[in-house]
Amino acid sequence: MAAMNVPGFQDQLWGNGPSPGAVYNFPGIQMVLKLLSKFHQQRELCKYPTTTGTSVLGIKFDGGVLMAADTLGSYGSLARFREVSRLTAVGNNTVVGGSGDYADFQYLKSVLEQKVIDDACLNDGHGYTPKSIYSWLTRVMYYRRTRFDPLWNQVVVGGVHNGESFLGCVDKIGIAFEAPTISTGFGAYLAQPILRDALEKNPSMPLDQARQVITRCLQVLFYRDARSLNKSKKHLHGVSRVISRVMKNVLVKWNRQVTQQTLETEDSVPAGQQC
Amino acid sequence: MFRNQYDNDVTVWSPQGRIHQIEYAMEAVKQRAASELSCASEKRSWPIDNHVAVSIAGLTADARLLSKFMRSECLDSKYAYDRRLPISRLVSAVGDKMQIPTQRYGRRPYGVGLLVAGYDDMGPHIYQTCPSANYFDCKAMAIGARSQSARTYLERHLEEFSDCEPEELIKHGLRALRETLPNEQELTTKNCSIGVVGKDQDLAIYSDEAVTPYLAGIDQTKRRRGEEPAADVAMEAESAAAAEGDAGEQTAWRRINGS
Repeated sequence: MAAMNVPGFQDQLWGNGPSPGAVYNFPGIQMVLKLLSKFHQQRELCKYPTTTGTSVLGIKFDGGVLMAADTLGSYGSLARFREVSRLTAVGNNTVVGGSGDYADFQYLKSVLEQKVIDDACLNDGHGYTPKSIYSWLTRVMYYRRTRFDPLWNQVVVGGVHNGESFLGCVDKIGIAFEAPTISTGFGAYLAQPILRDALEKNPSMPLDQARQVITRCLQVLFYRDARSLNKSKKHLHGVSRVISRVMKNVLVKWNRQVTQQTLETEDSVPAGQQC
Repeated sequence: MFRNQYDNDVTVWSPQGRIHQIEYAMEAVKQRAASELSCASEKRSWPIDNHVAVSIAGLTADARLLSKFMRSECLDSKYAYDRRLPISRLVSAVGDKMQIPTQRYGRRPYGVGLLVAGYDDMGPHIYQTCPSANYFDCKAMAIGARSQSARTYLERHLEEFSDCEPEELIKHGLRALRETLPNEQELTTKNCSIGVVGKDQDLAIYSDEAVTPYLAGIDQTKRRRGEEPAADVAMEAESAAAAEGDAGEQTAWRRINGS
């Protein structure tokens, strides 16, 4: 090895370089990886809702859909926000109502609002229908639960398109169904039987009757569901129009003994106090 | 053929203010004969979705690429919104896609013209797209080699289309298509197909034996057009759309394969 004696000769072909055939880690990459993993670890997923809304009710009547929800945003068991709207109009033929986490509902609301604006900007005569909003919400809810980051809502979609009423429901894991009566939250237990019963007795009920039965349900819910409020907002979908009646008090009579029986016989709600 | 020093790339202007590469691509739609590109009996109109179909003139490979894109756009709309993609939005998406290679160094425009026929909430539609990425909303249109005579026919009868019965509309389409044939040729089951889509009617494409009853409905011997120099075998596409009516709304378009 005579060459070794030559001054300046390096027997290392490539000092400090990658050794041939081995995996080379670029300097600094370790730190970047560490930061990345730290970022991922720190990202907390929403594990439970914070400010919540309780039941949303919906029923199909002859020529439209009636939806109602009270206006309470609960912070745990604290009745924290007493006048928040849990129903929102999407375009001019759809209403979306959300129970569960109010922040997530607001997020959905803002995305939907932007979508409607983008859609209107195309100005091509096409627009969202209740069915397409329902389908989109189903995809979004299922996508979010698949990422283990669900939007903590049960969303009710109702509306009228081409004279056809639509009422559907999507929950936080993407389960979706259509039904002529829908109630979420505690309403699923308390209001749903009343709504179903009313619809069974009169499958094509007029608006007045639908309004009456929804008011009755809100009343029952206020009596029995500790997270509810005696203020509500109702959305009425006639043929191609959305009307909202806001915040009328539901009739409350604490001073009488409320039993199932009295509720059923308590038919006549004074006209001035109806929604 | 044309040759000049300003046609090397799609990003180069000629001093006359033209972009030759795009114009060449437009020529592909206008004159490339079917026999050069593919076997004569090959299908040149196909479904995209239950409410849309395309007919093509130009490079089949490019058309397939665009069709694939259109199909996935339609599927996306169905998946996300449970809705048939409006034709105007579909064509606008295709237009955006086709525009990109007309403006990028090292790329070439799509060498295909499409005739998109479909029905949506806004009624029946015929759209024509070009390699230059222009697209046109038409009442009736014909594209491809020797399509001018078909367009002349359609223009002449444009007023009649709006209150035509579907059967009559198909006859108009076939007659227009007949105008594009070289002199000694006739419309046969081998060289034409018919597509129909309309209100409450999913897309149907009739080809081969299925067009026989429609061919029987037109007089093949009577041709308005006089002598015409025999051109290369080529492909034509023709289309006629009824304007908005009610239950009888139809969109029909027909196409012939050169043979």
